[in-house]
Amino acid sequence: MKSLGLTATALSVVALSATAATARDQIQIAGSSTVLPYATIVAEAFGENTDFPTPVVESGGSSAGLKKFCEGVGENTVDIANASRAIKDSEIETCAANGVTDIIEVRIGYDGIVFANASSGPDFVFTPADWFNALSAKVVKDGEIVDNSAANWNEVNPDLPEQPILAFVPGTKHGTREVFEEKVILAGCEESGAMEVFAAEMGDEEKAEEACMTLRTDGKSVDIDGDYTETLARIESDPNGIGVFGLSFYENNTDKLKVATMSGVTPSTETIASGEYPVSRPLYFYVKKQHIGEIPGLKEYAEFFVADELAGPDGPLAEYGLVADPELAATQEAVTNETVMSK
Amino acid sequence: MTDLPMPQSGAMPAPKSSLMVADARTRRRNAAEKRFRLYGAGAIGIAMIALVVLLSSIISGGAGAFRQTYLSIPVALDAETLDPKGNRNLDEMSKVLTLSYGKVLDRAVEAAVASSGIEIAELAEKDIDNLVSKEASAHLRDRVLADPELVGQTVDVNVLVNGRIDGYFKGRVTMESAAADSNTSPQQLMLADALREQGVLVTRFNWDFITNPDASDQRPEAAGVGVAILGSFYMMLVVLLLAVPIGVAASIYLEEFAPKNRWTDVIEVNISNLAAVPSIVFGILGLAAFINFAGLPQSAPIVGGLVLTLMTLPTIIISTRAALKAVPPSIRDAALGVGASKMQSVFHHVLPLAMPGILTGTIIGLAQALGETAPLLLIGMVAFVREFPAAPPEGLFDPASALPVQVYNWTQRADPAFIERASGAIIVLLIFLFCMNLLAIFLRRRFERRW
Repeated sequence: MKSLGLTATALSVVALSATAATARDQIQIAGSSTVLPYATIVAEAFGENTDFPTPVVESGGSSAGLKKFCEGVGENTVDIANASRAIKDSEIETCAANGVTDIIEVRIGYDGIVFANASSGPDFVFTPADWFNALSAKVVKDGEIVDNSAANWNEVNPDLPEQPILAFVPGTKHGTREVFEEKVILAGCEESGAMEVFAAEMGDEEKAEEACMTLRTDGKSVDIDGDYTETLARIESDPNGIGVFGLSFYENNTDKLKVATMSGVTPSTETIASGEYPVSRPLYFYVKKQHIGEIPGLKEYAEFFVADELAGPDGPLAEYGLVADPELAATQEAVTNETVMSK
Repeated sequence: MTDLPMPQSGAMPAPKSSLMVADARTRRRNAAEKRFRLYGAGAIGIAMIALVVLLSSIISGGAGAFRQTYLSIPVALDAETLDPKGNRNLDEMSKVLTLSYGKVLDRAVEAAVASSGIEIAELAEKDIDNLVSKEASAHLRDRVLADPELVGQTVDVNVLVNGRIDGYFKGRVTMESAAADSNTSPQQLMLADALREQGVLVTRFNWDFITNPDASDQRPEAAGVGVAILGSFYMMLVVLLLAVPIGVAASIYLEEFAPKNRWTDVIEVNISNLAAVPSIVFGILGLAAFINFAGLPQSAPIVGGLVLTLMTLPTIIISTRAALKAVPPSIRDAALGVGASKMQSVFHHVLPLAMPGILTGTIIGLAQALGETAPLLLIGMVAFVREFPAAPPEGLFDPASALPVQVYNWTQRADPAFIERASGAIIVLLIFLFCMNLLAIFLRRRFERRW
């Protein structure tokens, strides 16, 4: 009896409050784990400096975030998707099919991708070609395509230390992997001239590119599906390892990691901003324009994010490792005018 | 193994052995028993060692989260920076961002270091400015906006120091690691040492870890489990209010009233199956049913609680049925014999006797739900949440985090100080679980009846 009564009370409470639940008053954000630290810094400052509540920021990856973003319009869908890559055409189509037609694209800056080994290890001076020759499944030796058998870095390039090849690269679910493949492995493939040999052999540029970017599977290249913290833990347990990190992660762990130069350039916010350091990518967030005016503070948040005080070269985001966008003024204008992406 | 029946021979033969002298077979049997006891003791030993290693690694890693370093300095609240118009108008003053308050604090720290007479070679201005946490400027801003008359005065503040310096006093950061670290320097640590000797820098117990919300990657020293504890508590409330009545009512019906036929068999098998379904499946169900279909908000404890209710129901039903089964039939027969109705016999006699078992099962189910992360991932509770949810029932619809989620989040952060925070959150979670299990044991000991 008692329990039945309790159930009834509980159910009625739930039902009552469900109807009483008013409009959502905080912004919901989902998406890339690379953008997450920047988004939390901005969200925190936004909550502190305005009368709006602190936005809720979820992580889970760019693709997962954009999928949630494109689920539709309404209070129980997210307002902003963070992404470490540009939105794909297929995603824009999915969005449009679900009614999300007006999307504002906001580029917040650039993220550098760095290569680092344990601080006790030797110094590395890489070129993209070294990475291609060390990690690609097939390489070109004396004009012939052969299986990659390099075991030490100095076999790849005599200038590199004699250390077994062991690379911790981001797994395929990460946006970082795409950048790594394109800007390092593929660039190295072209730089070393292997691309031409592949293309001549396969007769197709696309197939040659694919061959370039296929990494060896004999244990020298290890996919890390977790976060950078996992890569760091792997390097700490095996000092021969070299990992792929985001610049901001490295800058927070300089006591444990030693960064390698790429084509003679040391990665830093300055060298990435000037374009000297080759491996970087833009970071974005996408705003659902249809929610502006419905969700309080949404436009203010977007404006706050790209304001000079935060996203500028002297702001807290740059301090944390974001490379400020030289065209920030244009982005600010686009946000103020609520310029949507053209279809 | 070896106790085959003795062959029955006709006449009683003269005893070949005596009870006093162990023969080979007895010795073998005794040895087998001794070995088995050793295996058992070994198993216990391994389990205990694993437990000790786990607990000691968590406690040594997380104890630091409960202590934090603070700096007390006088801060001159410069009117020109904080109230540029000079009219103490709150609206205009709130346009001054925390970044400006940070500069005011920087100047205050520089002044304090200069007046303290500490001299350290090659001490950079950045080292002094980075001494205090970024959280401090937010606190200062709140304080000034609450009392605008403070502008122009000099106030004493007690602020958090940077996570690296705090880590130095806890042994996480050393002079060697600081030399290689771009976020601190040996000079900064020497300055911190000198300030500590003067007594303005103290490491003390940190209530803020329990009460503060999460903080961004730049200020690990300010992060706390407040929102997570509240979120977990709200979810447990929902589970308790829904799973216990539904679970107990279902098991009483199934055990005492339901006819034994094919349908109840099917239900029984399904309940057992549900208990073994991976928790992430309930998360997918929760997303589809509660958020997409019923339109409940994301990241809300109500949805988390509903999902965990579904997850805990089978556990509660199974343990409640076991407790009801354990009540001897003679109790029911006696009640029915003196003229009680079926319902009276159940509610007056069987249920009170089964209560300790039901409570134990419920608490163990709740403890299991408390530690669950996977289903919360899909309903948006694995998130950065800084706003405290309101009081229930409205608060059940506000975004919140949960304790295991907080642990998961912090282990992914770049700053090493968050690893300490994660271990600290595990300690808080373990204390909660320990208390719940203790309560379960107490209830069982106190009220259990044996026949």
